[in-house]
Amino acid sequence: MKILCVIKQVPDSNAAVRVRADGKDLDPAGLKLVVDPFDEFGVELAVQLREKGKPVSEIVAITVGGDKAAEALRTALAIGADRAVHLCDPKFESANELFFAHLVAAAVKKLGESFELIVCGKQNIDLDAGAVGPALAEFLDLPHVGAVQGLEFDEAGKRFTARRRIEGAEEVVEGALPALLTIEKGLVEARYPSLPNLMKAKKKELKVLTSADLPGETAAEAGTVVETLTPPPARADCRFIEGEPAEMARELVRLLREEAKVI
Amino acid sequence: MSNNILVVIEQREGKVLPASYQLFTPARALASATGGQVVACVVGDAVSGLAESIGAHGASKVYVVEHPELKHYRASAYTSAVTSAIEAASAGVVLFPTTFMGRDWASRTAARKRGALAIDCTEASARGEDVLASKSMYAGKLQATFVLSGSRLRVLTIRSNVYAAPAAGGGGAAVQKLSYSPSDADRRLTVKAVTATSSGIKDVTEADVVISGGRSLKSEENFQKVIFPLAQALEGAVGASRAACDAGYQPHSRQVGLTGKVVTPKLYFACGIDGAIQHLAGMRGSKVIVAINTKKEAPIFKVATYGCVADLFTLVPLVTEEVRKLRAH
Repeated sequence: MKILCVIKQVPDSNAAVRVRADGKDLDPAGLKLVVDPFDEFGVELAVQLREKGKPVSEIVAITVGGDKAAEALRTALAIGADRAVHLCDPKFESANELFFAHLVAAAVKKLGESFELIVCGKQNIDLDAGAVGPALAEFLDLPHVGAVQGLEFDEAGKRFTARRRIEGAEEVVEGALPALLTIEKGLVEARYPSLPNLMKAKKKELKVLTSADLPGETAAEAGTVVETLTPPPARADCRFIEGEPAEMARELVRLLREEAKVI
Repeated sequence: MSNNILVVIEQREGKVLPASYQLFTPARALASATGGQVVACVVGDAVSGLAESIGAHGASKVYVVEHPELKHYRASAYTSAVTSAIEAASAGVVLFPTTFMGRDWASRTAARKRGALAIDCTEASARGEDVLASKSMYAGKLQATFVLSGSRLRVLTIRSNVYAAPAAGGGGAAVQKLSYSPSDADRRLTVKAVTATSSGIKDVTEADVVISGGRSLKSEENFQKVIFPLAQALEGAVGASRAACDAGYQPHSRQVGLTGKVVTPKLYFACGIDGAIQHLAGMRGSKVIVAINTKKEAPIFKVATYGCVADLFTLVPLVTEEVRKLRAH
């Protein structure tokens, strides 16, 4: 079972973000970047499958991003991926998940590699969209199961049973590899890479592909552009309700009914 | 590209997801700006009975794609089905609700048609042939407006409860059935079972009211004693902060936040939740937010509509009592 882990480097959710002067993207200065936590679950899953004795032949991590995104790949290598592919070119820069997926699909085809299992996060915390997995599956003509919370493989590592949570229900889906799975929180806990593994990761293969390797793949093909990036509209100030608890409860329920009209 | 706007109706087990009807509101605005027609489609097994009420919400035509193998959602099969409706309707814009199914289905559909895609939009409008779509990004810290090129099929998912559904009242929509024959590719996955995860208490993503508790609840038992009764009184769902889920007070399926679920109910109660960025990212889109916290400086009050600086163990049962009185009338 050869596994491809698709990862994205994203701003740390706890860090402040600033908008670039042209108002169309983030200001990269001082921006703290991390591996998307959902994508990290995908790498962890791949490594755990190997540790549990499934026939995992190779784990490859891939990303699209600027020079700094190499750090995200090194993290994946430290968690346990065997080698990495970095799609790095100014022409690849776009806040567009379909384009991201199209680039990854193009790279997989260009490298002539065939993966039995592709994993990625159920969505990335930067764009909060969740299109990378389904779109990549479509571009590579694979079946996919989204937001997987439970997963079992047969002995041979050929067929799987995935559990996914949907609104108010749990679905059990069966299929055979090759397939793509997007990973929901709760399937695995991501580990902190050990120092020796961080050192080892520096020596693992990291291949860079540029637009020279993937001609025809440019952000102009993405279909969307960011027009503006602004702080969200401010919410009205909080109205504090005063008084003894019993009065407070009465007044709150009255406001919810008469003013907000939500109950 | 054609100007027709296709509304994709989400149904499970023959029941229409109410948020699907909300899509008709932005669909009508887009259609009146571009001169197109609003049409709808529904995909499933034996779903043609839904066409009439779908039409009554404002579709001039309803495309029905039904087949026993479309009983359960599977991305590839449903993408094939909706693609036939997009082609039959010569749609230029397709709207899905933002749900697990909608995000997944819209993404695969946009990829198959090499369309332009925007997920979880809070606003959609026309500018010539292009569509402008706004959405929240970076954990709710920024709002982006995307231009979806008019040279592509424009595919959007719309966040629940940002648009009100138009009143049903029209009728006489034309109904057109489209044939579907499963391809080998559509058959690569099998849905073996679908089981409801909660009895009586709704999922946070589908409720109009969500009552959430934080770590200060201190135990699962206290959730049962304090949070659940209010949720029941308001026919709402129970949510929890990451800290409360990590502590084991509630399952992660109820976690509201960036790495949990993003909810946009009409009413959100944050009980004993301070409001870490990752929690705010999951609930700040709610219409009305009530915060109950003993610390007046807690960040949750920055997004709250109504604030009560009080001990939740005292106040929440009193609020529950008041709601019950109201409901008894």
